Amino acid sequence: MTAAASRSWPEEIFAALAAQGVRQVAYVPDAGHKELIERCAGAAEMETVALTTEEEGIALLAGAWLGGQRGALLMQSSGVGNCVNMLSLMRTCAFPLLMLVTMRGQRGEFNPWQLPMGETAAPVLELGGCRVFALDDSAEAGATVAAAGRAAFDGPTPAAVLIAQRVVGMKTFGGPGDD
Amino acid sequence: MTDPGRSERYPLRRRAVAAALLEARGDLLVVSGLGAPTWDVAAAGDYPLTFPLWGAMGGAAMMGLGLALARPERRVLVVTGDGEMLMGLGSLATIGVKRPANLAIVVLDNERYGETGMQATHTAGPADLAAAAKALGFPVTGTVHEQAELEAAIPEIRGTTGPVFYDIKVRAEDLPLVMPPKDGILLKDRFRAALLGKEAGI
Repeated sequence: MTAAASRSWPEEIFAALAAQGVRQVAYVPDAGHKELIERCAGAAEMETVALTTEEEGIALLAGAWLGGQRGALLMQSSGVGNCVNMLSLMRTCAFPLLMLVTMRGQRGEFNPWQLPMGETAAPVLELGGCRVFALDDSAEAGATVAAAGRAAFDGPTPAAVLIAQRVVGMKTFGGPGDD
Repeated sequence: MTDPGRSERYPLRRRAVAAALLEARGDLLVVSGLGAPTWDVAAAGDYPLTFPLWGAMGGAAMMGLGLALARPERRVLVVTGDGEMLMGLGSLATIGVKRPANLAIVVLDNERYGETGMQATHTAGPADLAAAAKALGFPVTGTVHEQAELEAAIPEIRGTTGPVFYDIKVRAEDLPLVMPPKDGILLKDRFRAALLGKEAGI
């Protein structure tokens, strides 16, 4: 087993964020991002900012960039819909934005209320001017986030990594048919 | 219930308040919220270290937070309006938790949506933005109605350990537009060049 393969996918993503020089990490709490959020909160060089709603993070990271810092915004697919108008700031001013989105509403989803944003997160982001990177295999986590980060910060442009539900793992309420 | 008539009688005038807030601004970093506050700040002078928002309604305070966290050695002032602040009310809770000592948020509160026909906002009724900021963790807050209160508030806005939040009640009035540049890339690049120098990579 290689050293890289022995690390969890959130640890791979953390290493990619650190290598990109990310200093501000904004998030709405999410089960899929729990390990990454805790890892960032424990890193001396990173400032974590818990948000009340996802679009706050877009404005936050625009301000961070004005001040010379890079950031990342962590959310679940349901949060993408909250971001639509605020994404106009990125496109109009050519701000960078690195978004890491854990997907719900994909295969095995137990909650039908997650289906609409699970199905439309990618096209909504594309319509908002984001480059979208699919992360379907946990072994690709570090490389995919590194590529999205380069696109975002070298662009500068908004870029989003959609982390598939099969990578994150299923959430269940332990009902019949849940495993 | 709202009382949209009362703000027509408020003594403070928004252009004079903005000019007083920004007098001898030195190395102050400024974000202005869309609509009238952006015109008011522009009327006080066009500076590279002002980022005037023409959109992104509800985002001004958070933009100030990101900037304040990135540059803790610099004072950051957000000047926005009551409608814009109401749209981003949750951001006051977020800022209250982070407690950036160098951030001040000032709302020029005419109790109206000035760009859309002067309709009443919730601050024409029971909504009290300074009380909200206090409840959400801002250590320094206040509501200003008169010149003497403004003069007492300005040193806190410009220098007291924050985060600071002031709601300044200003007269509802139609004023000539004074527009800053509206090219977003220009506004961003000149701000970063002025603040960061060569590090901005422009």
